[in-house]
Amino acid sequence: MTDNRLAARQIELEILRYDPEKDQEPHFERYSVPCINEWCVLDALNHLKDSIDPTLAYRWSCHMQVCGSCGMMINGEPKLACKAMLRDYPDAVIRIEPLAHFPVERDLVSVADDFMDKLKRVKPYLIPGKVRVPTEGEYKQTPAQLKRYRQFAMCINCMLCYAACPEYGLQPKFIGPAAISLAHRYNQDSRDGGRDERQEEIATNEGVWECTFVGACSEVCPKHVDPAAALQQVKVASTVDWYLEHFMSWVKK
Amino acid sequence: METIQTDVAIIGAGGAGLRAAIALAQESPKLRIALISKVYPMRSHTCAAEGGAAGVIKDNDSFEQHFHDTVGGGDWLCDQDAVDYHIHEAPKELMQLEHWGCPWNREDNGSVAVRPFGGMKIERTWFAADKSGFHILHTLFQTSLQFPQIQRYDEYFATDLLVDDGRCQGFTAIEMKSGSMRRFKAGAVIIAGGGASRMFPFNTNGAIKTGDGMAMAYRAGAPLKDMEFVQYHPTGLPNTGTLLTEACRGEGGVLLNKDNYRFLQDYGMGPETPKGQPVLKTMELGPRDRVSQAIWGEMQKGRAVDTPWGKCVWLDLRHLGEKKINERLPFVRDICISYLAMDPVHEMIPIVPVVHYMMGGIHTDTKAATSLPGLFAAGECACVSINGANRLGSNSLVEILVFGRRAALSAAEYVAAAKPGNEAALVAQADASQARIDELFARSSGTESIAGLRKEMHETMGDGAGIYRTQEGLAKTSAKLAELRRRYQNIKLHDKSRVYNTDLLTALELGNMLDCAEAVAVSGRERKESRGAHQRLDFTARDDDKYLRHSMAYFNGLEPPRIDYRDVVITTSPPGVRDYSGEKK
Ligand SMILES: Cc1cc2nc3c(=O)[nH]c(=O)nc-3n(C[C@H](O)[C@H](O)[C@H](O)COP(=O)(O)OP(=O)(O)OC[C@H]3O[C@@H](n4cnc5c(N)ncnc54)[C@H](O)[C@@H]3O)c2cc1C
Ligand code: SF4
Ligand code: FES
Repeated sequence: MTDNRLAARQIELEILRYDPEKDQEPHFERYSVPCINEWCVLDALNHLKDSIDPTLAYRWSCHMQVCGSCGMMINGEPKLACKAMLRDYPDAVIRIEPLAHFPVERDLVSVADDFMDKLKRVKPYLIPGKVRVPTEGEYKQTPAQLKRYRQFAMCINCMLCYAACPEYGLQPKFIGPAAISLAHRYNQDSRDGGRDERQEEIATNEGVWECTFVGACSEVCPKHVDPAAALQQVKVASTVDWYLEHFMSWVKK
Repeated sequence: METIQTDVAIIGAGGAGLRAAIALAQESPKLRIALISKVYPMRSHTCAAEGGAAGVIKDNDSFEQHFHDTVGGGDWLCDQDAVDYHIHEAPKELMQLEHWGCPWNREDNGSVAVRPFGGMKIERTWFAADKSGFHILHTLFQTSLQFPQIQRYDEYFATDLLVDDGRCQGFTAIEMKSGSMRRFKAGAVIIAGGGASRMFPFNTNGAIKTGDGMAMAYRAGAPLKDMEFVQYHPTGLPNTGTLLTEACRGEGGVLLNKDNYRFLQDYGMGPETPKGQPVLKTMELGPRDRVSQAIWGEMQKGRAVDTPWGKCVWLDLRHLGEKKINERLPFVRDICISYLAMDPVHEMIPIVPVVHYMMGGIHTDTKAATSLPGLFAAGECACVSINGANRLGSNSLVEILVFGRRAALSAAEYVAAAKPGNEAALVAQADASQARIDELFARSSGTESIAGLRKEMHETMGDGAGIYRTQEGLAKTSAKLAELRRRYQNIKLHDKSRVYNTDLLTALELGNMLDCAEAVAVSGRERKESRGAHQRLDFTARDDDKYLRHSMAYFNGLEPPRIDYRDVVITTSPPGVRDYSGEKK
């Protein structure tokens, strides 16, 4: 195994800094950071914090692409810092900003309150169709039934899709890709019977009808959740509901 | 200082904390619950668990088997009454999660599927692909959203417990976005703060696992139990320490040395089993302590593989084929490609043992009560002694559920009888806690750097408290940690802003890690035997006469902890020989 994985590389990190206690507005600061080629951007930030500037604020924990903490704009694209490998950034300068479309709390830390509220609004928990108690054993669910929603259950709540979504940028009331995917995840679960309750939140103008189907959410999603597909499926199903209600009220839904 | 009044306050919103909160909301619906976490709940490190959770459900399995695997796997340092409760509650908890929507893998007929895991004689590990902990955590978090009684305080960093009249009555915490301190005044407190493996240089743990909960309880007088037992996971990536789940071996992956030889057979875990057809509780499915020790053995014998990242052995998954790898181990594949630029479908993956889990923690009884009245603990921060000297993989995802709920029941019962506290004394303590933080901000004379001290801590833990230990090494590490704890009194903050000050938080985390690390080293120095994950080159045998006992470390200010011992609870399984030699029996 001889290769350039461990080769040293000097990288200029251009980082958006903002401390509401002393800055009128955000500004960029540039740091020259000694890196190793196989690192990810998060490693570079950690090195910077430990040995150059301990005041930089950013979120991270798992360093394995699963906790969803480290979303930030890297060269203008929403990315997980622990998944953005330096080998994919051959240029000498990398620009790092907090996630687009969210207010900045400090430096690379964005305010997540709106996202957290939206998750809660879509009732992202099982509302059983037929109630069973645990002593009666599991709800049977075949691998095929599991497959219908599993992809939508893979969301790590990293908020990258909100940062990529032009609609959310224009209309912050939009419930947005991850929350709608999560609602859809439960709607598609064979154990669930709560679709009607969730439709009240998502089949509205602030819900799926806000989406103009740009598809940026699915492109940036690090977990292949494909929120655009979820939105599309919800739209189709809601349209069917609407027809059933308005023109074919004799048909039992 | 603003006071937040509640009935039960929970520090930590990982698997254990969330389970406790839901149990309180469902089973004591009148109580007010405050759930505090330094990260948003779904960022908690439970999300990183890959393999799965053990619970008896299939007809070929039995509680006795789960009991014996656990007690033997723990080298008889488990409290058998706690294990008994754990294994009986396990299937109920996992079934409850199924009813809350957890996407467990299924068999064709729709029932829950189980997979084999190291040290377990029968396959009983429930799993959700290789994202089990992630799905457990998100299921719990999402389920918790339906209970208005659960008041969440996300991104609040707890600093000190408030203890008066010999009982815990709350704690202080910093609201991270403003930097202001709050006093949580509670009838009972549950600590569910997670593990402390970040004290080691090379580990599978997230940045948040700095032992804050353990250290808070310890400083408040609750002893830390069996801290010397630190689990190395055999298969970590050699550059980042990222875990490749044990399910790699459960699904049939094998470990090879530089001669492509399955060396585990030379370490009492043979004879060799057919490749790709793993046999339970032997060879690659031996327990973690034994497998990690065998890898260390190969390194000593010069039979390890030289890689750009140092000495490794191979994990070979290639014979499983792309389809099975994508189906059962997709995340493992992603991780290898990201961090090593290697694809396990086509290449062998270099791996090394990495620090993974703390068997030790805040001493609790089987009801999740600590020795401090009003204080309960559950999850990785606690030591209820189901893991003994070596945890079996897939027992702790269950432990967080079983004892998370148990802590909630105990806390609810305690609150019902709790008397009001002495307000003035509690306020004074909270003010003192605030004053300590203010002093850090105001200090201009500090000379020690946070990153510098952390590095020295890492070095000494790696040198003296690793897989194999000696008296000399542990004594040196203990002395070094005493020195670092003194020097810590003189650290310097660079960031003087109150808003989201991660310089301050890493400083507090470092203090917590140093306290816990000293308990590890000193408890280890005093345990002059080899048992489970605590292996001494100078005392190679298990010594039941002297050490079939739990170590109890008591905080002692800036002096090293006082170590005492406590008997192990043995009900039906007297200490025996751990045998992982498959066919030979
Ligand atoms: C990579 C990996 C894989 C694993 N795989 C498995 C497996 O397959 N099977 C298995 O059984 N076990 C596994 N484990 C072990 C298991 O995942 C953990 O032991 C378990 O998830 C711990 O849960 P917890 O709730 O105790 O702690 P965590 O999930 O770590 O949560 C701790 C909580 O405490 C909070 N907290 C900490 N300090 C403070 C503070 N000062 N103030 C406020 N809040 C605080 C945190 O914010 C967090 O919410 C694995 C562990 C790792 C690291
Ligand atoms: S859908 Fe994808 S991008 Fe959006 S929050 Fe979830 S994981 Fe992140
Ligand atoms: S640090 Fe957890 S996703 Fe990047």
